[in-house]
Amino acid sequence: MIEKTLTVTPKLGLHARPAAMFVQATAGFKSSIMVKKEGVEINGKSVMGLMLLAAECGSKLVIRANGPDERQAIEALEKLFARRFDED
Amino acid sequence: MIVIKGIAASPGISIGKAYVLEDEEIVVNRVEIPRDLLRAEVKRFKSAQKATHRDLDAAEAKVLKLLGKQHAKLIDAHRLILRDTLITHDVPQRILTEGVNAEFALSEALEAVNQQFEKMEDEFFRERRHDLFDVGKRLLSHLLKQTKRNLADIDHHCILIARNLLPSDTLGLKETRVLGFATDLGGKTSHTAILAQSLEIPAVVGLSDVSRRIKTGDSVILDGDQGMVIINPGPEAVAKYQRVQQKSLAEDKALEQLRGVATSTLDGKSFSLEANLDAPEEIKAILALQPDGIGLFRTEYLFLNRTAPPSEEEQTKAYSAIVKAMEPRSVVIRTADIGGDRLSQLGIEGIKSETNPFMGLRGVRLFLRHLDLFKTQLRAILRSSLKGSVKVLIPMVSSIGEIHGVKRLLAQAVSELAAEGVEVPKVELGIMVEIPSAALMLESFLPLVDFISIGTNDLIQYTLAVDRINEHVTHLYDPFHPAVLRLLSHAVSAARKQGKWVSVCGEMTSDPHAVPLLVGLGVDSLSVSPRMFLRIKQVVRGLKHGVAEKLVAKALTSSDSEDIRRLMTEQGL
Repeated sequence: MIEKTLTVTPKLGLHARPAAMFVQATAGFKSSIMVKKEGVEINGKSVMGLMLLAAECGSKLVIRANGPDERQAIEALEKLFARRFDED
Repeated sequence: MIVIKGIAASPGISIGKAYVLEDEEIVVNRVEIPRDLLRAEVKRFKSAQKATHRDLDAAEAKVLKLLGKQHAKLIDAHRLILRDTLITHDVPQRILTEGVNAEFALSEALEAVNQQFEKMEDEFFRERRHDLFDVGKRLLSHLLKQTKRNLADIDHHCILIARNLLPSDTLGLKETRVLGFATDLGGKTSHTAILAQSLEIPAVVGLSDVSRRIKTGDSVILDGDQGMVIINPGPEAVAKYQRVQQKSLAEDKALEQLRGVATSTLDGKSFSLEANLDAPEEIKAILALQPDGIGLFRTEYLFLNRTAPPSEEEQTKAYSAIVKAMEPRSVVIRTADIGGDRLSQLGIEGIKSETNPFMGLRGVRLFLRHLDLFKTQLRAILRSSLKGSVKVLIPMVSSIGEIHGVKRLLAQAVSELAAEGVEVPKVELGIMVEIPSAALMLESFLPLVDFISIGTNDLIQYTLAVDRINEHVTHLYDPFHPAVLRLLSHAVSAARKQGKWVSVCGEMTSDPHAVPLLVGLGVDSLSVSPRMFLRIKQVVRGLKHGVAEKLVAKALTSSDSEDIRRLMTEQGL
């Protein structure tokens, strides 16, 4: 299991589009992805779950990946966050 | 004539006849399904899912054509909602365990999530539930074999009135000749509002019962600026709004004409008007504004969300691209104002968390502790100066020792580069004046630097001891506080006396009401957010420097920000 804390970068937080990009980034991996914010934990492969986290810009998400390709899955997410979700 | 107040969702004014869209309340009944038919019911739900996927493909093609790639991601989100376990797992589960029809199982599942959304305090996130309803409605209409209303059928110039418009409905509006829309429900940050802004359709939402109070054919004025709807307006109101409509058209045109025009006051005092750059993508929009330079290039983005600090090469490339694009105009590159928590994320031993990061290890304080990081950035900035005109700006300076430290390191970087065969031109060095001690000690600091840049956001925060994010004190954050003005005045006159260039960045420069004070103080340059650039140019061009100077002189003797505001109102500012 790997755990990693990432900061939400989109200006409006993890709303529909960034949430969709999050799910797409991990869709191909076998590992489970759990996302925790302030005690609430959801399945990181569920776009509704991510939207229900109401993660505003600057909030910290604790991401746990567990499975055979956990490292790659976390790296894919790190890249997405580093690209700032390709926001204009 | 009836006036209803709502929420301004998308700016603009439209005057026309109303077209009231009938409410599309879908009634879902609970039907018990015999056990042996439950599998068939699940299958029926799955084929509705497939049909909805096809809908979304068609919608995506439409969005791509009308609004481009960024908006098309909204459809991706809808597609993922359709694939979410809520839909793919929970609904079939409910059908099977409760023995009910697919429509009922779906609406129950949606309601369960809706209740979670309702509990959210943040209005922006609460509004995201409409995306879920949008997908849910598509699914329901396939299950019920009802055709979803098609707004493309409305082809006359009308103002659309509805109980609610979903994002997919709003998209349909571009093809119609709808002048604007008003709805009972909705918030300022819903996708419907965001799409209306992108499509440039005036809109007012959250009007509670407008769809019942207006009939098709009624005359309507929709004021998307004030968030108002006027039903059956009198001739005076129509005339007034027609004037407003024409005026705003003329204003937009006037602002457009200010591109490339000098920023000088009516009595001939010129200012350098520059743009702030927060992320490299903004450069295109900034170039189109034709600024006199980039007055603040924030480099923090390079250090966010990564596991190792950016290399010298990566930084050189990033800075050079911007410097080259702006050449021969200058670019002020500010070294990263990052905090200690960021460091541990970058894999460097730092501080995990500070109780008060605004007063903690950040900006130059952090870099002087991690000289390797600092030197890497300075070297990259120096190297980018080979591509054009570059100045370097140091954030969070509070004492003279820090300036000595920076200068030593900068000289070291220059001589190292020279030893490697890279001769860089002299790069001007400036400090941010954002801590009151720096403003007060400026006479002693100035001989060591080439220019100063006043960061109003932090200067106000530190002078008034107000954390803006803290809701209990945020009302005390006041750019018009006389103490702030006195510090600004002290800093500007100290720099004047020593012939040093004074720039101001921060939100005050983008506030049309605060700019007269900055003009009156006699700064050399304003660095403005790109969004407000032309508007601020217009403000400066409408001012008399002499009048603004007198205003500042009076304001400096005021004991209260209210007095300063009153003074400005008296002057019509």
